[in-house]
Amino acid sequence: MRNKLSWLAAPYVLWMALVVIVPIFLVIFYAFTTANSVELAEMEGGLRGLFSMFTLENFARMGTYTVIFTRSFQLALVATVICFLIGYPLAYVMSREGPGFQRTAMVLLMLPMWVNFLLRTYAWMSILENNGILNNFFEAIGLFSLINAVFGTDIQYFHMIRTQGAVVLGMVYNYLPFMVLPIYSVIVKLDHSLLEAARDLGASTAGVFRKVIFPLSLPGVLSGVTMVFVPSVSTFAISRMMGGNNQMLLGNLIENQFLGGAYNPHLGSAIALVMMIIVVACMWIMNRFGEGEERAVML
Amino acid sequence: MKKITALTLACVMALGLFLSGCAMEDPQSTGGSGAPDSSNSSGTGEKRELNVCSWGEYIDPSLEQKFEEATGIEVNYTTVPSNEELYAQLELGGVDYDVIVPSDYMIARLIEEDRLQPLDYSLIPNYEKIDDQYKNLSFDPNNEYTVPYTWGTLGIIYNTTMVEEPITSWEVMFSDQYAGNVMLIDNSRDAFGMALYCLGYDVNTTNEDEIRQAYELVADAKARGVYAGQGMDEVFQIMEQGNLAIATYYAGDFLTMHEANPDLAFVIPEEGSNWFVDAMCILKDAENVEEAHEWINFIASTESNLANMDFIWYASPNAEALEQYPAWYEEQYGEPLDMELYEIMAAPSEVLDRCTMYENLPAETLALYNDLWIELGI
Repeated sequence: MRNKLSWLAAPYVLWMALVVIVPIFLVIFYAFTTANSVELAEMEGGLRGLFSMFTLENFARMGTYTVIFTRSFQLALVATVICFLIGYPLAYVMSREGPGFQRTAMVLLMLPMWVNFLLRTYAWMSILENNGILNNFFEAIGLFSLINAVFGTDIQYFHMIRTQGAVVLGMVYNYLPFMVLPIYSVIVKLDHSLLEAARDLGASTAGVFRKVIFPLSLPGVLSGVTMVFVPSVSTFAISRMMGGNNQMLLGNLIENQFLGGAYNPHLGSAIALVMMIIVVACMWIMNRFGEGEERAVML
Repeated sequence: MKKITALTLACVMALGLFLSGCAMEDPQSTGGSGAPDSSNSSGTGEKRELNVCSWGEYIDPSLEQKFEEATGIEVNYTTVPSNEELYAQLELGGVDYDVIVPSDYMIARLIEEDRLQPLDYSLIPNYEKIDDQYKNLSFDPNNEYTVPYTWGTLGIIYNTTMVEEPITSWEVMFSDQYAGNVMLIDNSRDAFGMALYCLGYDVNTTNEDEIRQAYELVADAKARGVYAGQGMDEVFQIMEQGNLAIATYYAGDFLTMHEANPDLAFVIPEEGSNWFVDAMCILKDAENVEEAHEWINFIASTESNLANMDFIWYASPNAEALEQYPAWYEEQYGEPLDMELYEIMAAPSEVLDRCTMYENLPAETLALYNDLWIELGI
């Protein structure tokens, strides 16, 4: 039966059309053209011009960037796994506690998100710097003199900022709430009678978790993974601020095409398109694991 | 945008709208990006306004207010982080700036692409006060489009407590002496530029071999771990807190850092360096041309230049203002200006003699710069 209130969705559909679908078509258009091919088509004109406008030239250059693709996906994957390892137990514990605890934990989790993302990342820079808060603290408690005395080294600070580890830390810190919240909201709504039934049938605590709770929480996990992985793959601010921009990530590579010295939105769009396709493919494969359950929400 | 492109875009958009199953007027308006809004400006004369775009922290904010009080023109001041981003905004459309303040090489590019309009210098009497040294420069040889706003130099900033001896040469940026303690400037023009100076080549060279040698110099140093990182704005925090010993950056910003950390020193290396001019221009499709001229004239005045120089620490091209600044400073703050710092802000002619200005490079060379830059990041 058709829902009579479906017109209520119209503003959203309109919004989606304007800010999602149209831009995606623009990205595709730019990805399959170059500044030269458009100019050429201009000159030829007509239908022939239209056909000669499209080219795969941008994609032919993609091989050069394999390293950047691999690095971005690796770092994002590591960050996602860490988020999961920290986030799942946290979400589980939260959902098992009383409402007072849940509220407090929720506020604590959301609190950092009220502060601007860039400011938070800047704060991490101050903490991790060679002459930053953490190193100064170690210095003050005499950690470095202790290490130097024991190992005969000459350490004045730990090298933490401008490393890949710092980039992963930045990703985990910024995106952890996006892992916890969907998992939490799924677990907290689990039907208690199912857990009781499992108990009655003789399952141990671990068994209940393994056979009932975890499988039922998979949709939340899939949403969480998507919400952490996707922004991690495309970030450029975190790698620039925490990673010292030493090694480019996909986000930096794309940004460079638009805001770098050579303005090339065509190549930038092509890279963005390839990235989008790989991400969608990853998500699709992941969703196959959740077969039979509710699917994780994409987009 | 050109016809076929526009047509295809329109088709693509129409298709997009069709697929989502709804109709919608004027799909052209999707490209906007936080531009100041000025719906109707021509004619009626009831409310005069002006859209200015410049870098962040690059004007004494009280000037805006003074101008509004004096003329009744409302100024919408927008900032953009770099020449390249400004260019991307102009190219994408959706912004309606009247006055922009790009740097030399970008001005050359904008003139070449016919995006600027010639100025009516009879409306800008203060133009006379600009030192001849900053007129008819390579980016605008007949000085038809620009009024200089500030000028400055690129050099090496170092922490005197973290290096063994004063730095004088670009070589320090590529040697192992301070490996892991050096910050590389995060844009291809400046980074490869310092390598070109170090190698003794022309910084505006289009010779691929020379540019590749410069790249090799940087890439090799990077592979040996000379650079702790690459950055632009991050340099402030890094140098002010003494986290790294050496960085390449601009003189005006050095003075800001020096205020926070007096251990820092600035040098323009002996091999020479870049000196740049940022100048005010009016875009070809500006809507408030008259107001734009009034603004440019106001900013070019000696008074505005003094206030600006004191606020942003970049040297003024206004000869009067530059000369009066030390006395003005003493009057304002009751203490003499540190002439050493003054000479860093406004490099004396013997230093400026070994500096060169960036010219706009041909498209192939820009593409080469970009490719090499990405290769460096791989």
